[in-house]
Amino acid sequence: MVVSPPTGTLATTERSASPAALGDPAWRSVLEPLLAGGRSAGADLVEVFLERSDHLGLLAEQDSITSVSPAFGAGAGLRVFLGDRDGFVSTNDLSAVGLRAALEQALGMLGLVLPVQAGGGFDGLPELRDFAATKEGWLQACPSLAEATSRLLEGTDRLQAHGQHLQVRRGSYARDWQEVLVAASDGTFARDVRLHQSVGLNVLAADGDHRASLGRRYGTSDSPDDLRRWDAEAAAVDVCSSAGTMLYADYVEAGQFPVVLANRFGGVIFHEACGHLLETTQVERATTPFAEMVGQPIAHPSLTAIDEGLTAAAFGSMSMDDEGMEPQRTVLIENGILQRFLSDRAGERRTGHPRTGSGRRQSHAFAAASRMRNTFIAAGPHTPEELIASVDRGLYCKSMGGGSVGPTGQFNFAVEEGYLIENGTLTKPVKGATLIGDAKEVMPRISMCANDLELAAGFCGSVSGSIFVTVGQPHIKVDTITVGGR
Amino acid sequence: MESTESLTASLDAEVLRQRLASLAQAEGVRRWDLGASCSSDTSVQVDRGEAKQMKGAQRSAITLRVWNDDGLVGITSTSDLSDAGLARALAGARDASAYGNVDEIPDFSPLATAPLPELEQPLSTPLSILTLLDTLRDAERDLLGRHPAIGTVPYNGLAQRSSDRLYINSDGACRQQRLSTASLYLYARAEEAGRKPRSSGAVRLAYGAADLDVAGCVQEAAERTIAHLDYAPIATGRYTCVFSPEAFLDLIGAFSSLFNARAVLDGVSLSRRESLGEQLAVPFLSLHDNGLHPANVGAAAFDGEGTPTCRLSLLEGGVLRHFLHSEATARAFGVSPTGHAGLGAKVSVGPDWFEIGPTPGSGGGAPGLDRFAAGASGDDRGLVVIDSLSALHAGVKASQGSFSLPFDGWLVQDGVPRSIEAATVAGDIRTLLKAILGFEGPAKVTPDGLCPHVWVEGLSITGDA
Repeated sequence: MVVSPPTGTLATTERSASPAALGDPAWRSVLEPLLAGGRSAGADLVEVFLERSDHLGLLAEQDSITSVSPAFGAGAGLRVFLGDRDGFVSTNDLSAVGLRAALEQALGMLGLVLPVQAGGGFDGLPELRDFAATKEGWLQACPSLAEATSRLLEGTDRLQAHGQHLQVRRGSYARDWQEVLVAASDGTFARDVRLHQSVGLNVLAADGDHRASLGRRYGTSDSPDDLRRWDAEAAAVDVCSSAGTMLYADYVEAGQFPVVLANRFGGVIFHEACGHLLETTQVERATTPFAEMVGQPIAHPSLTAIDEGLTAAAFGSMSMDDEGMEPQRTVLIENGILQRFLSDRAGERRTGHPRTGSGRRQSHAFAAASRMRNTFIAAGPHTPEELIASVDRGLYCKSMGGGSVGPTGQFNFAVEEGYLIENGTLTKPVKGATLIGDAKEVMPRISMCANDLELAAGFCGSVSGSIFVTVGQPHIKVDTITVGGR
Repeated sequence: MESTESLTASLDAEVLRQRLASLAQAEGVRRWDLGASCSSDTSVQVDRGEAKQMKGAQRSAITLRVWNDDGLVGITSTSDLSDAGLARALAGARDASAYGNVDEIPDFSPLATAPLPELEQPLSTPLSILTLLDTLRDAERDLLGRHPAIGTVPYNGLAQRSSDRLYINSDGACRQQRLSTASLYLYARAEEAGRKPRSSGAVRLAYGAADLDVAGCVQEAAERTIAHLDYAPIATGRYTCVFSPEAFLDLIGAFSSLFNARAVLDGVSLSRRESLGEQLAVPFLSLHDNGLHPANVGAAAFDGEGTPTCRLSLLEGGVLRHFLHSEATARAFGVSPTGHAGLGAKVSVGPDWFEIGPTPGSGGGAPGLDRFAAGASGDDRGLVVIDSLSALHAGVKASQGSFSLPFDGWLVQDGVPRSIEAATVAGDIRTLLKAILGFEGPAKVTPDGLCPHVWVEGLSITGDA
């Protein structure tokens, strides 16, 4: 026995068998007694989230593979609601005994006790909604280790071919396969398989005291052939071109400027400045200034924003959320007017905002929370050139780094590749810029949207862990924002 | 209701070794090592007097590393500690070893059987989750009562953990450490009529929930939040800045690749092999990494490769003295591992807990610094006190040395502090380390290390005045 708890029952049971695939019909007979028992104990709702995962991470540096990191695992997250309150327990032990112990612990948090014999309140699980039925072969269809390492080395080779002054060339690949089964006492019973792959190239260019580090990452969901289709040549050209430009860039001058943000990952501004504040987790915490503003203007009339989980192969798409609900297309803001919030099961119970298929979590170890999926500003009527031409002196943000938003709505994000706009024209490259602002103030200042909407893959870390998302937008113009620099 | 009391986690090292040895022998694997851990956690969050969420978790994990017949290394990680899971992990690691890095092959640490340091780490009995809930409710109520403007404590949590970790290798090394820890954080949000909301908070760590300094945490969170209520914009320009211990430790941590042998070998550090002995900072700055400091709650006695944790001088008199090492980087530099390794296909290296202060005998820079003294800044602009830095993940370019970071802080003019509405601080770490004017007050213990207030000359501040 590996794990020997001196008291109680611990996660890993003695030489238990590996957990069965979640498509195994036998799971029903494990789950139904748990749900029935939880309801009999007095819980309003009991939810069980089961997960199996298989991960592969690869790293290529210069012309060698320097890291191959496979990982696999399984676990469960059990959540019990009683009124507005909930108790959540996660465990790696998927045996019937382990799951029962987890349920007892979750019930106990709410002052409930699992009865010896289950009573009423649960009518059994319905037929499984099996979104995974057509996805069984995905893991096997992904590139083999040999193929994946070969493609990564092709990427670092292309960097060498196109870059100058490159001190470090890196390529990385991650493949995340996840099988989930969600069962709840309200009749939810659904299974899905998710596949996310991402590949990125990074360089550090150095010439004397000049240094520039830059990277690009691409990601898709549910596309086993993604790495095979990756255009390593184009990716390397893109990264090397930007690194070459930024190597000799001056630091940006600090101040208040109009800015034009490029499409794709420029959408991180909406994600950070507004998107998080439209999650019901923020309503629950009273940390969003928009809580009572549905139907009221919160942004410039030119702005419409959407969150959805439906776009084919997008990083934030899914067949069902982590609470078993099919995703929707949720219009958050239409012509500047706040339409609705993103909501999950807990958000619906605590705030009254209806669920939107946005209950998401990194893994079984986190309770689901209302989170963004594919979030973007809709295309507008202008061309990108018209936006730039409208600025006398400002900043063009071609590529964005990461960002964050705090409990007061203050947001910030880094500009990875920027250019000055002078008299309506892009001039010299600048580095070291950070955009900061207040959500409530900046949203009305997004005054122009171009017609070139594109999405970009990213990772979002918040209350329920790190999840796959896309951000997106067309080119947009912000009339004025604080640019931190030197 | 005591049915929710926490469980205690432990691993049986000898049984795990026997199982791995047996599986490895059957698969023809002669050389292997592993790191394993299990933990049991309980935590609570509250919202205006009500339980918001109560959580429990039992986790187990293992990372298994094998050497194949060609001497190349592969790994696999899993949470499945069943026999089938371990066998699958072993097979996965062997498959991965076919792609092991021929240019840098890890070995067992030569210190994996060296004596471990004695750590004073009392094991605490977990409290029931309802006791945690009551404690946090009381703390929240206390904090809400400190000022009428404090309306919520949106980020709060009280957690306790019991954990067990071990390192075993096929040459007979066996390390094991059991630990109990607890943490409390309170971040309040305050808003006055017609003004913007403000937020700040505090954190406390201890070896058990019963030992947490709850009153101190409430007091610090209240003081910090209230001190930001009266705010004003700041004009963009260059200012003398005073970093709080927490902010300076965060900044040094974000640039710790300066001291990281892995980053040096990979070419992503601002330091080079030849940098040892170079003057990196002012001649009165001392910087050590000391995971063994008694105030480092939850200190690890050994790293991912089984090497004992130790106190290591990184900067003495501002001169770069040592790098942090794993087994492989130490071998490449011809030195001993320092106890800063992880365990992976490519072994990572990272710091534990910094001690920052004046070099003994150096005078410690400008004497008698006092940020609240009249005329302390020496000009009309005033001093900028940087209380906490944000968004380090986005605003630090460690391989370039540059940073541009939002911060919370105060502008102090004629000894009177006023909170800054919103601002960023930008600069270059190499320039900053040579622009330190001195230290103010005694070093303060924080969760990330030990450090006094640090004065730095001429940093770029962007405000919106």
